[in-house]
Amino acid sequence: MNGAQDLGGMMGFGPVAPEKDEPLFHAPWEKQALAVTLACGSLGAWTIDESRHARETIPPARYLSLSYYEIWTEALLKLLARHGLVSDAEMRAGHALAPAPATRRPVPNAEAMAAILARGGPCDRPAEAPARFAVGDRVRTLNIHPTGHTRLPRYARGKVGTIERVHGAHVFPDTNAHGAGERPQWLYTVVFAGDELWGREADPTLSVSADCWEPYLEPVAEAA
Amino acid sequence: MGHTHHDDHHHDHDHDHDHSELSETALRVRALESILTEKGLVDPAALDLIVETYETRVGPRNGARVVARAWSDPAYLERLRRDATAAIAELGYTGRQGEHIVAVENTADEHNLVVCTLCSCYPWSVLGLPPVWYKSPPYRSRAVIDPRGVLAEFGLTLASDTRIRVWDSTAEVRYLVIPRRPSGTQGWSEEQLADLVTRDSMIGTGLARDPAEAAA
Repeated sequence: MNGAQDLGGMMGFGPVAPEKDEPLFHAPWEKQALAVTLACGSLGAWTIDESRHARETIPPARYLSLSYYEIWTEALLKLLARHGLVSDAEMRAGHALAPAPATRRPVPNAEAMAAILARGGPCDRPAEAPARFAVGDRVRTLNIHPTGHTRLPRYARGKVGTIERVHGAHVFPDTNAHGAGERPQWLYTVVFAGDELWGREADPTLSVSADCWEPYLEPVAEAA
Repeated sequence: MGHTHHDDHHHDHDHDHDHSELSETALRVRALESILTEKGLVDPAALDLIVETYETRVGPRNGARVVARAWSDPAYLERLRRDATAAIAELGYTGRQGEHIVAVENTADEHNLVVCTLCSCYPWSVLGLPPVWYKSPPYRSRAVIDPRGVLAEFGLTLASDTRIRVWDSTAEVRYLVIPRRPSGTQGWSEEQLADLVTRDSMIGTGLARDPAEAAA
């Protein structure tokens, strides 16, 4: 969706403010926000793609006013309510009002959590069809504006680039975010010249790549 | 210094003292954790384990060791180029947000810069949790259109003919920049070299430290 998360090329946010000797957390609640977000994700009620979509559906004015752990927290509450794990009423009451439903995966103890963090969640899958593109192919990204989740940023839509890497088939976020299955698709690194993205005023030394799933791409016929 | 005893006392507490929005979130997170615990949906020991992992075990020193090994061992560098995820796992660094890693090497002609314009994707297994600026709109919006302007805000000015390659982390592939090895480090041990490798140099917003500067 064309939400506030899709920031590439926007202007007016001011300078980047690197913080000297930045602490890992800026307040104790940020540790809790990280921990509960990861712990709840491990229950398997939603995918990482659904959680990203929960964040990007925060209305733009609000999204841009929140810190990242605030965005995570707001999205987590939405996901917990949607999947029946913690209701809004329970949040208002400040305590449980109903027993927890069965979870898809067991609640991990510390040992199990260590294994979960060390394993991560690989997203490569067996390919269901041969790759349509190869390294060096010219491709154009589609000009799409789905209302659901997508990982094709606005600045890279309808642009011509070159396939630079083929990563194999990966879970397709555009379906997986909405409970429509992993539907693995070939994933490519597509590199774009700066002026293709940003026009004549672009930095002539710039190129930018995005990782694009095959359904985002169409072939470009080579000039004869 | 203008600090009263009262202020200091206030800071001792787990309060967010200057922003009502933050206070509200802090309270909500606390309530949420207690409800989740009450319902048996989280194990407090597992929550502690998560925080401890990123406070003590998973951080940019992991990535620095990967870079130092790549600088020191040509066979390792070759494996890193071929399959960075596997080469990094050799050093024991695996897991969440490091499942699919590609190492990108700076050269005399080309500088790499990593961003996630759409959220906060970052190679946790080698760099730990991302800094606030990496997740914030100024960096996410401008890295792809004005990387030189962004680098200047980190005090980094590249030669005007250096090619800049920006990697937008739009999928589950995570990018680790291998900065150039500083001159004057012949014969250095991997441990000494790793001390020159900053977090920012592995994102692309900095360079490896100069040995003279590191000694100062």
